[in-house]
Amino acid sequence: MTVAQAPALTSGDAGAGPRRHPLSGPATGRPARRGVGRFVGLTPFALYVILFLAIPTILAVTTGFFTEDGTLTIDNVAGLLAPNVLATFGNSFLVSAVTAVVGAVVGALVCYALLGTRAEGALRTTIDSISSVLAQFGGVMLAFAFIATIGTQGLVTRLLAEVFGIDLFASGPWLYQVPGLLVVYLYFQVPLMVITFMPALEGLKITWAEANATLGGTPFTYWTRIAIPVLAPSFIGSLLLLFANAFSSYATAAALVSQGSPIVPLQIRGALISETVLGRENMAGALALGMIVVMVIVMWGYSVLQSRTSRWQR
Amino acid sequence: MSAATRLGAEPGKFTRGVILGLIGAVFAIPIIAMIQFTFRDGLAGDYTLDHWTGLVGEDAARTYRGLLQAVGNSVVLAIVTVGIVLVLLLPTMILVHLQFPKLRRVLEFICIIPITVPAIVLVVGLAPVYGVVVRIFGSGAWTLAFAYGITVLPYAYRAIQSNLDAVPVVTLSEAARSLGADWPTVLRLVLLPNLRRGVLAASFISVAVVLGEFTIASLLNRNNLQTALLQVSQSDPYAAVIFALLALTVVFGLLLLIGRFGAPRNRRTE
Repeated sequence: MTVAQAPALTSGDAGAGPRRHPLSGPATGRPARRGVGRFVGLTPFALYVILFLAIPTILAVTTGFFTEDGTLTIDNVAGLLAPNVLATFGNSFLVSAVTAVVGAVVGALVCYALLGTRAEGALRTTIDSISSVLAQFGGVMLAFAFIATIGTQGLVTRLLAEVFGIDLFASGPWLYQVPGLLVVYLYFQVPLMVITFMPALEGLKITWAEANATLGGTPFTYWTRIAIPVLAPSFIGSLLLLFANAFSSYATAAALVSQGSPIVPLQIRGALISETVLGRENMAGALALGMIVVMVIVMWGYSVLQSRTSRWQR
Repeated sequence: MSAATRLGAEPGKFTRGVILGLIGAVFAIPIIAMIQFTFRDGLAGDYTLDHWTGLVGEDAARTYRGLLQAVGNSVVLAIVTVGIVLVLLLPTMILVHLQFPKLRRVLEFICIIPITVPAIVLVVGLAPVYGVVVRIFGSGAWTLAFAYGITVLPYAYRAIQSNLDAVPVVTLSEAARSLGADWPTVLRLVLLPNLRRGVLAASFISVAVVLGEFTIASLLNRNNLQTALLQVSQSDPYAAVIFALLALTVVFGLLLLIGRFGAPRNRRTE
């Protein structure tokens, strides 16, 4: 397949790039730009990224170290260790971990079910599209969907009450608290798993199953001795991505949770919009720093595992 | 029965049907509930078409003025964000691909950062930045697109990069150059036609992301589709759910289009 060979060709050519500089070709009389001048073309994007990504990120993680009037302080960051803040981080960890694990297992099951279907077939493209929509379907609309389903007057709530006499809310309005987030987040976690894990599962080679069978193995040994060990790094990597995804999710919780700020993103909101309490905005900075630390560790793990996976996928 | 199924490497038809059917059904319920909700007549359990017909009635334009304006804002934001992707990201990616191969990893790293720095964190630092932006560009709704350009960076990058990897861009442009084409011609007649799929996919996914964005708009006190939906849902939940369904349909259509014409995927296994 020509397209598959293209990347190798391209990178081979590009490796020799500077010497066979296209600008120094015979077609133009213009001299090739050398030195700093060559980089002029990169400046618009570089400036944009500095202004709207680098500066906001730096501001976000450093404001926590200052007081309102600009003097250095450790108070805000030390405030991260306050019991209520720690409890919020605990909630965030719980929601992210549970939805990541359940989402990863269910998503992997869907990927398994899709094994052996044609990648261009109608079934696969439809599930691909649906998964990308649902993985993006966070936020306000997702909250609406679940309020219409298992809210106090939701379709399923009423059905259960009328047909089976089960009261979904016997133990309180859990949908609008942390347990609700567990259910609702799964709705975008599972599709995200399908999107990220499918390429790894596609990389399993039929020859491995044949080798297993030739050597007298059963389907059970194929999965336990070959497929699962090979897929493990990719599975854990995807799981970390799901964790990060839930950990940083804000909109759904903002639209759903009615009282208090049980998870970190909501606590950042609380700190940002309460202008009455002095120095709270800097507390948002400290919380943001805490989040970034977690995100960097998780995403670092993800990229390490991902590069391990791509080694045998080629 | 294929060899892979017999060897136990792939599920049989029955197993596949059960898994996909079950999970599919569970995931369909909330969407069905949303649709059913829009036909509800109060709490009594009757059904009515009023909530849908109300949207096209005479008073609709006045009743939903705020919501319609927010839809307008989101459309403008989507257009400006796609503009940022096309004017800033795309040329930079082509330039790096052609002339700065050593910077490819750096560019990739930069474009992936917005995943690690989520919107809720970025917005803490964006607040002071927008203090300056408003002084320079005014407080028009479109200015939020500067932030959205960053939000869509990972998605747009991936879409364009997979296309760049699949096409021998260097060879093509050198061939065109050696035939006497100048750079604008190379870009217009050689590179862009070859990158059309990636560029389209990047644009569509950017539109989809912008239409769904809530975090930054809400915390910077801006008005877009999602913030308006939340606001309307408090007074007229039916209209809010109808608009949410419509937005969902548009996004699904866009992503289906990507599946059809767009995203050239890496097919390493084939």
